[in-house]
Amino acid sequence: MNSLRLRTWLPPTLVLAAAVALWQLWVSVSHVDPQLLPGPWQVVWATWDDRDNIWPAIGVTTEEAILGLLAATAVAFVSAVAIDSWLPVRRGLYPLIITSQTIPMIALAPLVLIWWGFGLVPKVVLVALFSFFPIAVGLVQGLASSDPDALNLLRTMRASRLALLVRVRLPSALPQFFTGLKISVTYAYGAAIVAEFVGAEQGLGLYMYTAAHAAPVATNLVFGAIVVIALLTILLFALVAGAERLAMPWKERR
Amino acid sequence: MTATSLELRGLGKRFRGHGGAGDVVAVSDVDMDARAGEFVALIGPSGCGKSTVFNIVAGIEQPSAGEIRIDGRPVTDRLGASAYMPQRDALLSWRRVIDNVTLPLELRGISKRAALAKARPLLDRFGLSEFGRAWPWQLSGGMRQRVALLRTIIADPALILLDEPFGALDSITRADLQEWLLRAWGGVGATVLLVTHDIDEAVLLADRVYVMTPRPGQIAAVVDVGLPRPRTAELRESDAFVALARRVRHELHAAITAQGEFAEPGSLAAEVPP
Repeated sequence: MNSLRLRTWLPPTLVLAAAVALWQLWVSVSHVDPQLLPGPWQVVWATWDDRDNIWPAIGVTTEEAILGLLAATAVAFVSAVAIDSWLPVRRGLYPLIITSQTIPMIALAPLVLIWWGFGLVPKVVLVALFSFFPIAVGLVQGLASSDPDALNLLRTMRASRLALLVRVRLPSALPQFFTGLKISVTYAYGAAIVAEFVGAEQGLGLYMYTAAHAAPVATNLVFGAIVVIALLTILLFALVAGAERLAMPWKERR
Repeated sequence: MTATSLELRGLGKRFRGHGGAGDVVAVSDVDMDARAGEFVALIGPSGCGKSTVFNIVAGIEQPSAGEIRIDGRPVTDRLGASAYMPQRDALLSWRRVIDNVTLPLELRGISKRAALAKARPLLDRFGLSEFGRAWPWQLSGGMRQRVALLRTIIADPALILLDEPFGALDSITRADLQEWLLRAWGGVGATVLLVTHDIDEAVLLADRVYVMTPRPGQIAAVVDVGLPRPRTAELRESDAFVALARRVRHELHAAITAQGEFAEPGSLAAEVPP
């Protein structure tokens, strides 16, 4: 157990440490302009010194990301149950949902801004647009993966359609739902930041934009924001993975 | 405990062909009888339509021809009229053993408390008392089948349908469970329809064995077992048992060779030695 955990964590940690060390070494040896490429050490300290500014930005962007994920989950749930329950909906809607992925979601950011202004709503909408698809597809495929023997068995017990959904289809869909949700989690902060780039009053996207357009340019803070976003995404991913374990206590643990 | 009689009259099932293929006749003109409290087996080669008959009786499918009478009356909406045990145990992996067992009671709106009170002594009788809180993945194949059987009988069904209940088990576990079933069955007293491809299993458990032909499945022969009950596994070595098993084997062989052109090569080798 312990050695397995070590084998999982140690190699990527070593590679990452080596990459950071090489970066620091390169910056120290080559005397590259810190406005082009600051060293990792400078990034950490500059970000720490600016914590009073970045901290509220983290709160705003996190709120946008989580609300967007929740909205996407709610809409995906309703669509997936409808797609799974009614053949006309499956035939009419599912192909459109899949084709909708040909639309570059980033290109919708200005449109979302025109419709909903500069506040919270357009960011939530864009995060939801980005995260909807993996969750919806996971749910649809999960619902469809229900064991036909179990469904027939419950039918012979005169189970209603609702009972089949609650007792067989939804539990069957949970693993694939969480797979989809974990993919969406990795999009959520990125989508919120793109929406903030286009127009925002606060948030990590605005923070990066301001740092990049400052005079002199605050490259170390741009790097700092990127690191913070990566850490936040890892944290959110870990939270979802924890929720997955709680939601499926029957899963075999290794 | 009440038991119902079951009669199949001229049962037929035709499946619509897909992609230009002709219709497939799965079973045709099947007549079967099970009196109240009788244990009846339906045996036949793989793909002969046994499971189709089974699904029709359970009410999952409707016949293309013929009718099903329960206690003498034709019944078209048969869902809920019997307790059904599918080939694979179909345990819900997200429910603990006890919650799988009480599922039929739960769906009838019986309170959790009453359901547990009913399930506990049965868990003991089925040798599962220590595994009520276990998840299905923690059980062996034989234990999973016992859980599935317990789930089948918990709501006091008058008619029980078993579809190759031990088909997926190794032969040692299967023999063990058959013997266990003989003992445990004493108190159940329902009418049972067993679908199987195991000749010994049919003769050991059933009062009467219906032999089916390859597709389209028809009843080729009926063998009355008439061995006294209670039965034990030692019965297998008795002359009467061996003679009955031989007779079923011959009937099965005759049914297959009569329709030789329909038989799938290889599918029968394990069951009918030449």
